[in-house]
Amino acid sequence: REREGGGVRTSRSTRDNLDKSITLPPDEIFRNLENAKSFAIDIGGSLTKLAYYSTVQHKVAKVRSFDHYGRGPDDEPLYEISVQEEITARLHFVKFENAYIETCLDFIKAHLVNTETKVIKATGGGAHKFKSLIEKKLGLKVDKEDEMTCLIKGCNFVLRNIPHEAFVYVKHADPEFRFQTTHPDIFPYLLVNIGSGVSIVRVESEDQFERIGGSSIGGGTFWGLGALLTKTKRFDELLQLASKGQHTNVDMLVRDIYGGSYESLGLTGDLIASSFGKSATTDKEFTKEDMAKSLLHMISNDIGQLACLYAKLHNLSRVYFGGFFIRGHPLTMHTITYSINYFTKGEVQALFLRHEGYLGAIGTFLKGAEEDNPNQYSWGENYAGSSGLMSTSPEVHPMQRARSGTFDMLEMDRLERQLVNLPLLLDASSYVPDTVDLTEDAMAREYWLSCFEDALDGVVKRAVASQPLALDAAERAEKFRQKYRHKLQTLRHQPFAYGSLTVRSLLDTREHCLNEFNFPDPYSKVKQRENDVALKHFQKVVQALESLNMEQRQFALVKGLLAGNVFDWGAKAVSDVLETDPAFGFEETPEPFCDQIPNPAGFLLQGPPHKCALFFVDNSGIDLILGVFPFVRELLSRGTEIILASNSGPALNDVTCSELAIVTERIAAMDTVIRTALNQDKLLLVQSGSSSPCLDLRFVNCSFHTMGASVWSISLSNTPPPHTHTHTHSPLFSCSRLDKGLATVVRERKTDLVVIEGMGRAIHTNYYAALRCESLKLAVIKNAWLADRLGGKIFSVVFKYELAPP
Amino acid sequence: MKKVGGSERQSVSGSGTQVNGVTNGYHGGGRSEEEGRQRPEAPPEPEGEHQQEQKPSRAGYIQEQSRASALSIPRWDAVKKNRPPFPWFGIDIGGTLVKLVYFQPNDITIEEEHEEVINLRSIQKYLTCNVTYGSSGIRDVHLQLKDLTICGRKGNLHFIRFPTQNMGAFIQMGKEKHFSSLHTVLCATGGGAYKFEEDLRTIVNLQLRKLDELHCLIQGMLHIDSSGFNGSADCYYFENPTDLEKCKKVAYPLDNPYPLLLVNIGSGVSILAVYSKDNYKRVTGTSIGGGTFLGLCCLLTGCSTFDEALEMASNGESTKVDKLVRDIYGGDYEQFGLPGWAVASSFGHMMSKEKQELVSKEDLARATLVTITNNIGSIAMMCALNENINRVVFVGNFLRINTLSMRLLSNAMDYWSKGQLKALFMEHEGYFGAVGALLKLFDPV
Repeated sequence: REREGGGVRTSRSTRDNLDKSITLPPDEIFRNLENAKSFAIDIGGSLTKLAYYSTVQHKVAKVRSFDHYGRGPDDEPLYEISVQEEITARLHFVKFENAYIETCLDFIKAHLVNTETKVIKATGGGAHKFKSLIEKKLGLKVDKEDEMTCLIKGCNFVLRNIPHEAFVYVKHADPEFRFQTTHPDIFPYLLVNIGSGVSIVRVESEDQFERIGGSSIGGGTFWGLGALLTKTKRFDELLQLASKGQHTNVDMLVRDIYGGSYESLGLTGDLIASSFGKSATTDKEFTKEDMAKSLLHMISNDIGQLACLYAKLHNLSRVYFGGFFIRGHPLTMHTITYSINYFTKGEVQALFLRHEGYLGAIGTFLKGAEEDNPNQYSWGENYAGSSGLMSTSPEVHPMQRARSGTFDMLEMDRLERQLVNLPLLLDASSYVPDTVDLTEDAMAREYWLSCFEDALDGVVKRAVASQPLALDAAERAEKFRQKYRHKLQTLRHQPFAYGSLTVRSLLDTREHCLNEFNFPDPYSKVKQRENDVALKHFQKVVQALESLNMEQRQFALVKGLLAGNVFDWGAKAVSDVLETDPAFGFEETPEPFCDQIPNPAGFLLQGPPHKCALFFVDNSGIDLILGVFPFVRELLSRGTEIILASNSGPALNDVTCSELAIVTERIAAMDTVIRTALNQDKLLLVQSGSSSPCLDLRFVNCSFHTMGASVWSISLSNTPPPHTHTHTHSPLFSCSRLDKGLATVVRERKTDLVVIEGMGRAIHTNYYAALRCESLKLAVIKNAWLADRLGGKIFSVVFKYELAPP
Repeated sequence: MKKVGGSERQSVSGSGTQVNGVTNGYHGGGRSEEEGRQRPEAPPEPEGEHQQEQKPSRAGYIQEQSRASALSIPRWDAVKKNRPPFPWFGIDIGGTLVKLVYFQPNDITIEEEHEEVINLRSIQKYLTCNVTYGSSGIRDVHLQLKDLTICGRKGNLHFIRFPTQNMGAFIQMGKEKHFSSLHTVLCATGGGAYKFEEDLRTIVNLQLRKLDELHCLIQGMLHIDSSGFNGSADCYYFENPTDLEKCKKVAYPLDNPYPLLLVNIGSGVSILAVYSKDNYKRVTGTSIGGGTFLGLCCLLTGCSTFDEALEMASNGESTKVDKLVRDIYGGDYEQFGLPGWAVASSFGHMMSKEKQELVSKEDLARATLVTITNNIGSIAMMCALNENINRVVFVGNFLRINTLSMRLLSNAMDYWSKGQLKALFMEHEGYFGAVGALLKLFDPV
C-alpha cells in the first residue's frame, strides 16, 4: 500500500476506534450538501479532498423606496427594509483522511437530495482504487481526469482568487509564513510538484502549460530509501526522525575534505561535499535520525538545484512548490527554501501555497464545471467556513497534523461581479491595500484582536435588534458570537491562518460570520433612521452653505465632510456615544477638530475644475447626506463629473449602493443641482464590488450600475410612479442592463481625482496607496489607540491630499 | 638631505628583511641567489621545441626554488639541468581517494644516476616494481603512459591510488622512508592538500605546493588528451549504449576541445564550463556523487568497497526498487511525453513493505547506482543547456570500471536532449587532478 504523508494509522485497533468515534456534524463539515450540484474528488495516498458546488440560501436585507406620491417628506421613513431570501453560489472543499472515505460517502448519499448530477470527476492516485466504492455508494459514475492538468487548473484558480495565497517560509521568523501580494498577472510561473517523483511544469496561461522536466528523486525516494535505512514506515515519522538528526555525522562536508573552507570557490566548510560520504564504511553505526536528516538534505537540495536550473533556463522567477513532500511540512519547506536560496543566491524565492492540498480537487471540479464556466466569476474565500492554515511546526504542535479525524474545509463564495484592478492605481503589482500587517506587528495585532473582542457585545446586540420579528434572532446572534470569538482566538494563536492578518480581514471575517447566521445587515435600521433624519437637514445645510462666501463655504464643506465622518457605528468610541445618546450630533455638528482642518482646505475646490472625481463613500446618514452630498454638489456646480462608489453589499453602517440610490433619488427631488447632474449623466452611482468597510483597489467592480435615465425620469417628473422601485443587493441589482465596467467608466470619464473617505477605506487600507491622479484620503480617527500610534489624539483628522505623480 | 636620509632608512630596513631571508636559509641560499640571477641568461639547452616552450617556466621554477630554499634544501644539480629535481610526483588528495602520478624518466644519464640519492632509487623501485602497495594502494598498470615526454624528459607515467582514509599510513611511510631527504617539493591538489599539509610538514618534513583543484583537473585533462593514450585517443564515447550486444567504445579525439562541460564525479560532483585552457568556471556541483553511491550501498547492502558495490550493482535489477512511469500509468504518460521505462520515483517501490521484501541487495545497489547516475546526467544536461555547450565530458573515479554508469549517462544525455548533447569519457578518468598537479612542477609560481 502506498500512501502519502499525513496518514495516522499506527495500529489496527486505534484505527477502528477512530472510525467508530467519528461523527460528522452536517452543519460543520459537509455544509449545504442538500443543495450540492456537482461533485469532484481527489484521492491521494492518504487524504481525500472532496469538492462540491452548492448554493446557499441566506437572508439579504433589501431596501424598497415607498411610493412618495401624495405624502409629505416628513411623515414616513424614506424607505422600508425587508429581509428576503437569496441564493448565492458557493464552492465547498473538504479534506479528510482516506480512512473515513466510506463513512463520508454514506453521509453524503444520505444527505444528498437535490442533485441531478450523474457523474463525479475524480483525480489522484487513489481515484482508481476507490472507483468502485464511490460508484456503489453514491450511484455516480466516476470520470477520471488527468492529475497534472487538474493541479495546474487549481493552482491558477487559487492564485487568481485568493489574495494571500502564496507565502515564503522563514523558519526562525515569527510568524514563519510571509505572505506575498499576488501579482495581478499570475503568469508565467513554474510549478514544482514533489510527489513520489518531481514534475516541473511551466505554466504560461490558463490553458497553456508544459512539463519541462522533472526528477525521479522525490518524495517517494525520501520515503522509500528512508524506510530502508531507518526501518520506519510512515512518512511523518521519517520527517520526525529527520528533524532530530545531525546530517554532519553521515555527510562528508567540505571541511572534512579540506580541513576548512574551499575559499577560492567560495565553498564554506559546512557545505555538503558528498551526501552519505561518511557512511562508506562498515565499522561505524549511524543513527536513524542522522540518516533521515542526511537523506532529507540530499533530496531537498537536489530538487532545489534542478528547480533553479529549470527556472534559469526558462527565465522564470516565480517558483511554487507543492506535492505531498511539501504539504505544509515546515521541515521540507525549510530545506527547499534553503536550497533555492543557496542555488540562486537569493534571486529566486521558493513560494508555497496556503491551499496547496486542495489544488487537485479544485482543478478536477473546474474540469467538471466547465459548462458553468466558474472562471468567468471572481471567487472569495469565506473566512467563516474555512479552516485556515494550521501551524504545522512539529515542535509547537506535535499532534496537530497527526490528529486523526481532523477535517479541513475551504469555502469560496462566488462574487456576483468579476472584479478587476482600479485602473488608477499607479502600480498594481506593488499595491498593498492594508496599512498595517498584523501578522508581523504583534503589538498592533494584540490591540486589534482585543478591540474586536470588546466590540462583539455591541455587534451581537445590534444584530438582534435588526430583526425584531425573528424569534430565533437571539439564538443565532449567540451562535455568531461563539463563531467569531472562536475565529479571534484562532487568529491570536495562528495569525497567519487566512493569509496576512489585517484590520480589513478581521472586519471581513466578522461580516462573513454575520452572514453565516443570517444577519445580512445588522445596521439596516440604524442606517434607515439616520438617513431619514439627515435628509431632513439637507436643504437647511445647503442653504447655510450657499449663504457663505466662497472661502468660507469651501472651509465649511471640508469641515462638513470630516464632521460627517465622525458618525461611524464601526468605531467603538463613537458607537458607545450613539448608543447612549441617540440624538447626539443631529442638531449641532460637533466641531472637536475645526482647528485641525488644513488651511487652505478649499484648495481642492479652487483652481481649474477637475474633469471627473471618483468618490468612495463611507457611512450612511449625516456622513453621506450632510457631508458628502454638499461637497459633491459643489464639485458638480464647478463642472466636475462625479462617480459615487458605494459598497455592493452591507457592512456596518456603510451606505450600500441600493440605499445610496434611494437617498440620491430623494436628494434629487429636493435639489436641482443633483437632479440636473443625474439627468445629464454627470452624477453616476456605481457599486464598488466590495462588501467590506475596507477597500481593496485590486478588486473593484468591473461592471456598474448607473441610475438609468428611465428610472429617474419617472421619479423626477411629477407623474406618480406606477410602482415602487426595489433596490436590492446583489445579484438582482447587478447590472446586466448597463454593464460597462467601473474600470471603463473611470477611464472613459478621464477621472482625475479620487476621494477616499473613512477609517476603513482611507486609514486601515489605502493610506499608502499611490494613484496615478490627484487624490484625497480623509477620515476622522475614531480610535484612541490608532490615533496615538499615528501621533495624534482621538478625533484627529487625517486629510491626505496628494498630487498626481509627474 | 632629510629626504635622502629618509629613503636611506627605508632601504636599510628593506635590506634587513633580505638579510634575514638569506640568513635563515644560508646553507645553500647564497648560491641560490647567484644561480637565480644567472639562470635566465644561460643559453637554452638544445633539447628541441618542447624546451623552448618551457623556457618561461624554468625561470619561474628557479625563482620558486630560491624562495623555497629557506625551508627545504634543493639539489642544485637538478637546477643546472633545467628541471626540477627527481622524483616527479603529482598528488591529488580527494575526499575518498588519493591519486598519485609518478614520472619515471627513462633517459637518466650516468651523471644523474650518480647524483640521485639512494632513497630516490629505492622509492622508484618500490613504485615501479609493485602493483599494490600496503593493504590498499593500487597501481593502475593498464593506464601507464609509455615514453611520454614531460619537461624535455622521456619516461613512463605511473598511476597509483589509495583510499584517503589511509593517508595516516602514507604519512607514516613517508616518515619511515625519509621522503624529506629527497629534498623535493610535492605538488598537491584536492582538499587533502590543505587538510594534510600540516601533518606532511611536521611529521614527514615535506613541503607541499598546494594547487587549485579545478585548474589541475583541466590542465591534466587537456594534457593527457593532447598527448594521447599510448598512441590512441584518451577520449571516447559509447555507440549504441542501450544495446549490450552492439554497445562499443569509440575513440573521440578532442581536436578542438572548447567549449566543453567537464563533469568531475568524485565523492561529490563538480561541473565546470571550459572555454579555453585558462578560461573556465565552476558552474555548479552536487553532493550526490561517488561518495553517495558507496555510502548508501554500504548502508543498504553491508558492502565495504566501491568494486564490491559495483559488482553487486551489475547483478541487480533496479526496476524492482524504482517506480517507473509505466508502474503508475500502465505505459507511457503521453500527455507529458514521458516514456513508460523512465523512472518516476527512485526507490519509489520501497515505500511498500511488501515490495521491500522482494528485493535483493544487488537490486538495491543497482538502484542506487542508477539513481545517482541519472541525477548527475540530469544536472549535467541542464547545465549544458544553460551554458549552451553540447559536449559533456564525464571524468572522476566514480566512472572507474563503471561501464554501467557510462552507458546510462550516454543514453540519458542523448535521449533527454533529443540528440543535442554528447556524453564523452576519458580513459584516465580519475587521474587528471594528479596529472595537473605534476605539470605544475614545471610552472612558474
